[in-house]
Order: sequence, then structure tokens, then C-alpha cells
Amino acid sequence: MTGTGGAIPALEMRGISKTFPGVRALDSVSLAAFAGEVLALMGENGAGKSTLMKVLSGAYRADPGGAILIDGREVTIDGPQSARALGIAIIYQELALAPNLTVAENIYLGDEIARPGGRIDRRAMADGCRPVLERLGTPFGPGTIVGTLSIAEQQLVEIARALHRRSRILVLDEPTTALSARETDRLFALVRQLRADGIALIYISHRMAEIYDLADRVTVLRDGSFAGTLDHASISAERIVKLMVGRDLSSFYTKQHDPGAVRGEVALEVRGLTDGGRRVKPCSFTLHKGEVLGLAGLVGAGRTELARLIYGADRAAGGTVAIDGVIRTIADPREALAAGIAYLTEDRKGLGLFLDMTCQDNINLGVIEQDARGHVVLDRARARSRARSRFGALRIRAPSPLVTVGGLSGGNQQKVLIGRLLETGPRVLILDEPTRGIDIGAKTEIYRLIDDLAKHGLGVLMISSEMGEIIGVCDRVLVMREGAIVGEVGGAGQPAITQENIMFHAAGLDAA
Amino acid sequence: MASTASPSTGPAPEAGDGLAIATGGKPASGGKRAQLRSVMQAVGMLPVLILLALGFHFLGGHRFLTASNLSIVAQQASINTVLASGMTFVILTGGIDLSVGSTLAAAAMAALIVSLVPVWGFLAIPAGLLAGLAVGLVNGGLITAIGLPPFIVTLGTLTAVRGLARLMGGDNTVFNPNLSFASIGNDGIPVGNGVVVPWLAVIALVVVLLSWFILRRTVLGVRIYAVGGNPAAARLSGIRVGAVLLFVYAAAGLLAGLGGVMAAARLYAANGLQLGQSYELDAIAAVILGGTSFVGGVGSIWGTLIGALIIAVLTNGLILVGVSDIWQFIVKGLVIIGAVTLDRFRQPNART
Repeated sequence: MTGTGGAIPALEMRGISKTFPGVRALDSVSLAAFAGEVLALMGENGAGKSTLMKVLSGAYRADPGGAILIDGREVTIDGPQSARALGIAIIYQELALAPNLTVAENIYLGDEIARPGGRIDRRAMADGCRPVLERLGTPFGPGTIVGTLSIAEQQLVEIARALHRRSRILVLDEPTTALSARETDRLFALVRQLRADGIALIYISHRMAEIYDLADRVTVLRDGSFAGTLDHASISAERIVKLMVGRDLSSFYTKQHDPGAVRGEVALEVRGLTDGGRRVKPCSFTLHKGEVLGLAGLVGAGRTELARLIYGADRAAGGTVAIDGVIRTIADPREALAAGIAYLTEDRKGLGLFLDMTCQDNINLGVIEQDARGHVVLDRARARSRARSRFGALRIRAPSPLVTVGGLSGGNQQKVLIGRLLETGPRVLILDEPTRGIDIGAKTEIYRLIDDLAKHGLGVLMISSEMGEIIGVCDRVLVMREGAIVGEVGGAGQPAITQENIMFHAAGLDAA
Repeated sequence: MASTASPSTGPAPEAGDGLAIATGGKPASGGKRAQLRSVMQAVGMLPVLILLALGFHFLGGHRFLTASNLSIVAQQASINTVLASGMTFVILTGGIDLSVGSTLAAAAMAALIVSLVPVWGFLAIPAGLLAGLAVGLVNGGLITAIGLPPFIVTLGTLTAVRGLARLMGGDNTVFNPNLSFASIGNDGIPVGNGVVVPWLAVIALVVVLLSWFILRRTVLGVRIYAVGGNPAAARLSGIRVGAVLLFVYAAAGLLAGLGGVMAAARLYAANGLQLGQSYELDAIAAVILGGTSFVGGVGSIWGTLIGALIIAVLTNGLILVGVSDIWQFIVKGLVIIGAVTLDRFRQPNART
């Protein structure tokens, strides 16, 4: 199955570098993918996976010096067209389909069959893509409108398009993010079938279980450099993580807050909170002062939705939220903030920051009214001093609090956003994927900050999909699946916080 | 297994947006640079304004840059400046108000009709302002309460309020030769040599200063920029987005009402059909020339003032150098497109 023994790779990238103004995103990275194998490409966010794939797809041009070889022959990829002509297809997380067109029209997008006179030949197109659809065993035909299909089915359309174009190198970028367990199984079966058909697959994923399941080899990137490649026999979570972060995980989680807080005073009590059962079934839990409570689960398990209900960002259909033992009505985020709840969104740029505004304005946004003279006229001296002290305390690296936040790196943007939440003086802090898309240095600082906040008596609820940080940071972990809290680990009389114990609940093994 | 570990080199660049990381600069000079950039942004079109003024001066036989002509330009710019100030609030939130021209007409009609009522004539100015505020509240109410797109709501009120303005005067011109507040439109502060600073220009300047104060020195101002920059984030950070939107449309309406009072004062008369036709387009053009982003969140009231002055200078200057009415339209349109194109090249990251 793994044709590595002396064979010529279907794709080889040698010494690829890519420099943006001020940043070296890729530093002489190499990888090889063979026909009939699945090469997993792993790395932290920002390690350079997407940049490398954008070089492969022709979206970026690499710096001079590297080489791309197909079947051992050096090629030039100077745009999406030439990548396509060389048999390279990339299926991104955000699917690139026209939802208002049919399956056949999407498969033929860009090279439609026309009758003489320019009229489009729908029948020829439908007939042309039928064999591919049959090969994939799709439950839909060529005439189906793509917008009516599920995400998993749309992914099939993309794969069908790639096969129809006779692509021989197929990149799947986190394909299971939006899929259910059953859809994931089906996709895996298909990936194995494509591998058997002799296609070279590059599979990008963060999920260790998928890597165990599918990968023949794993190539790991770190900080834009090649960190290493593991053969099938030597794939293990520990080895991969070590390659990804460059050191042992345990070294950057420090717990100085009192783990006994798990039994302390209650900061937040949620009882039967639900949106009516669509995304969140009635959920109940307590969060203690000085405790870091993890909320684990697969993507789509309803963690963000539950957090948004607590924060009043979405309207709850039932249930209660009590702060310090007092039940509060929270119909919108304003009331949540007034009750002492702050929420860090997982979508920093889309739902968190005001990218065109200064760091100072972003940090002060939640408190400008209480600071203002007569609640109307801005107190600029106060705003300046608040921003300055946040810059110092959170070690925000920017030329000045007066630069716009859009120009900062992800880690510094996240610190600005956390700064805004902390200014409001919350008693309960909900952090939704607090380290997504930020570099390791900033991650470590955020872990220390969470620890420090807990030490000062804040109740912290942390949603995270990174198993390492859930295990390293939390005192107790709730696991959600299909909109319900299905298990707890780490509490008194509960199993220990381990990846196995969390996955046991998250993947539904407890129900099976 | 071939594992070559490389030393980790500081913070990893973010793959997606590695283009705009500016953390390497010296902290001290960074603040100054940011300030300089914001000054440059505010100055924006000022060079264009100066060039146009100088050009007209030399092409028009040295008659443009004279005290008396500048007084006329200031007067011509004043109503549009007031409308464009209101429009700046609206466009900063990412919206648009197409109804200000019609609102101006209705407000002028209201002011003149009340001015003709015996005893109660002194209420003419409040009547005009209230008429404008009422239209603004209707716009804002429909946009916030029902969630209709601003373009559609104000396109509707553009037509409906125009009809109302005609209805108010029975589709006739309302005329008051003894208008009590006519001095606002025709007199000014004398500054010697028979030259006056028109009251209309003074009012416009006060409106600009007040707008600046609201936008830059109040809680509301920060929230207007926040709602325009990212409405979803604004809601999540506890801002009452609806209240902010209601304010900006009410302000645009109120200022259109003020424009109506100013127009009535200038003319002693108002015609519901003709007054204020396509004024909304000049107001939008002034805001855009001023560098305010059409998607919201970025812009300044000073830019709008310069934009309104550019339009007034163009109108006045083209007449001065003897360009025909037809060509004035063509030249004005081209200058607007050209100036904004120039701005694009000057700051390539700007989103107009």
C-alpha cells in the first residue's frame, strides 16, 4: 500500500520558501507524496500548512530556489490553471461551489460543453459526469442543485470534480470539520478507495484519531519549517505533538491556582438551559470560583451554541442561569456583561474585534460608558491609561495602543480582545477556543493568564478542541455530544482527565 | 523515520494573514507614525481642493480666489455640508440615506407654511426641524425594528416624502415675502470691505464641529464606528446596535430638516416638486470624496467638509470659467471618480 520503496513520488516539493513582507511563512520546506498513499500533513495553526498548499495550488508563488516535481519531472506552477493541468486538486474547508447551479454544471465549471453556436449542452455534461458520480456512489444525480445538498454531499461534488478532471494529486484540507460521524466514516471509505485507485492524497487534519486511521505517513511542519516525517509504524500522538511544538507538552502548562476550587463557592450555575432542542438540549452544570472548567467535544457538539445561550447572544427557550447564587434574566449580551459574564468568541475577526479601530478603542469598548463624563463625553485620559496597563499586563506587542488592531498578529489581536473582556470586570469568563490561530509563544502566555485569573477567583469556562490544552489547563472537563452534556471527567469521583476518557464520551463510545 | 528537528524561531507567522504584521517597529516612533497616518487620512482630498481652487483662479481671470467669491462658494457649500454631515453618520454605520433631498423639501414646506400662520409663525424653524426629524425616525424605525435594508427603506421614503412635500403645498410654490428668518439665508457677519461670512456657512461649520464632537469625543461616536466596522461584534460587546442606528438616521433626518430651513430662508419660498432634487447624490458624493468607507467603520467629518467644498468649488469654478451647464455635469462626475481613484492609489488598503 505504501509505495515508498525507491519509487518516484507522484509529487515532490523541495526546499519551498515563501516570504511575505516582514514574515517568512515557509522556510525551505520539503515533502513527498506517493501514488496510492495518504500523506497526513500536520502542524499547529500558523505552521505553514495552508501557505504550502497555496503554493501547490498556484495561489501563491514560492520564492526562487525551491522546486516542485511531478513524477520526478520539474514543473512550474504559476497559477491555478497550471496546477489543475498538472492534475493537482485541493478541496478546502470552505467549499468552492456555485450553490445555485446543478452538480453537472459545477463539475464542468470553467470548461462547459457547448454546442456549435455557443449554446450550453446540458445533456452532454450530465452524461459526461455520470461515470464519476457512479464511481463515488453518490446518492444524487447530475441534475441536482448543489445548494440543496448537505455539506458532506457537496464535498463529494468537489471530489467528483477533481476526479473528472483526472486529478492525480488530491489535497483534503480538514475535510471532516463539518461532517457527522457517519458522514466521516463514508468519507474515510472513499479516501481508502481513492488510495487503492492510485491517487496520491495529502490529508490535512488536527484530529489524531483520523491520522491513526488513515495516514500511511505523517509530515509535520513547525513555524514554517519542516519538522519531520513519521512512517506508519512510528506514528504516535506523542511523537507528532513533540514534532509540532518542538518540546514536551507538559512544559508549557503551569497550574498555580488552587485545584481545590472544584469544591469551592459556586460562581455560575446553569440549569436546564436549552434553545428548544435544535442545537442545545437542556444542559446543567456548575462552575466554581477559581475553577477552570473545560468544555470538550467534537466540532458541532453544541459547545459554542451553549456558551452563546449563557451569554444571551442567542435566545434560550428554557432554563436558568445563576451568578453567585442569584438567578439572572439574560436576554442579550448587554445583560450578561451587567451580570458579570464575559464571552470570548471563537471567531476573533468576525465576531470579536473592530479591525479598523485602534487597540485602545477595542480594549475600552466595554467600559467607555461607565468611564465617560456624564456617561456621554469620553474620558480619554482614562482610556489611555487602561490601554497602557493592559498592554503591559498582557504583554501586547504593538507599536502603540493607537495603531489599528487589524495590523497585529493573531496572538496580539487575541490579547487585545481578552483585554476588552477583562476591563468589564467579569466574575465568569467563557473562553471559546482561546488559542485558535495564534503562535505558541502567545498560547503559553494565555495559559498563564487563565491560570492567574483562576488564582484570583474568576470562574473560567474554556471551550477547546485542542486536547492538549484541555488536559493541561482544566481542573474538570465536561464533554458534550449532539447538544447535550454527556460526561464529566476530572471531578470528585470521576475518571481522570485523559484523552481516552474524554474521547470515550465525545465520540459516543459510552452510548454504544 | 526521518525526523530533523529545527530550532523554533520565535512566534510563528500566521499563515492566512502574514501580510500585515507590523510589530517590529520601534514603540516610540510607532505612535507618531500612527498619528501621521491619521492626519494624512483626514487631510485626504485637501490637495485636490487646493489644486482645483488654484486652477480655477488662474483659468478664470483671477476672479476665483477673491473674498467676495469665496463668500459665495461658502454659501453654496453650506446646505450640502449640513446634509453630508448627516450622511456621514449614516454611511459610517454602513448604511445609506437616499431620502435627504425629499426630506429637505418637506421640511422647507413645513417651515414656510407655519411661518404664514398668524400668531404661531415663530414656530416655523422648529416645524422644519421636526419634520426632518420625523422622517429620520421613520427611516431609522423601519431599518431597526423590521430589519429592512437602508437602501430600500430610504428609496421608499425618497419617493413618498417627495409626494408629501408636494401635497403640503397643494402642489404649488409656497411663498412668504416677509419671512421672519430670511436673514439667516441672506445675511452674514461683516468682515470689512463689504465682504460677509454668510450665516448659512456659519451654521454649516457649527454642524461640522458638533458632528466632530459627537463622533470623536462621545461614547456614541465610538459606538457608531464600532457598529459600522463590525455589527455582529458590536452586539456581542453589549452595544445596542438598534439604538445607534436609530440615532444616525434621526440625525440625518434632523440635519435634512435644518437644510430645509436654510433653503427656505435663502429663497423665501419652497416648491415641493423642485426643491432639493438629487441633493442626496451631492451629499453622498461629498462623503465619498471625504474618504469615508462605503462599507462603514472608517471615515471622518473633516473629510466630508472637504468633499462638500470640492463640489461647491467645482460648481462655482466651472461657471466662472464659462463651462456650459451640460459640460458641468460631465466634468463634475469625472472629477469625483478621478479623485476617488487617486485616493485609492494613495492608500491602497482603503476600502471605499
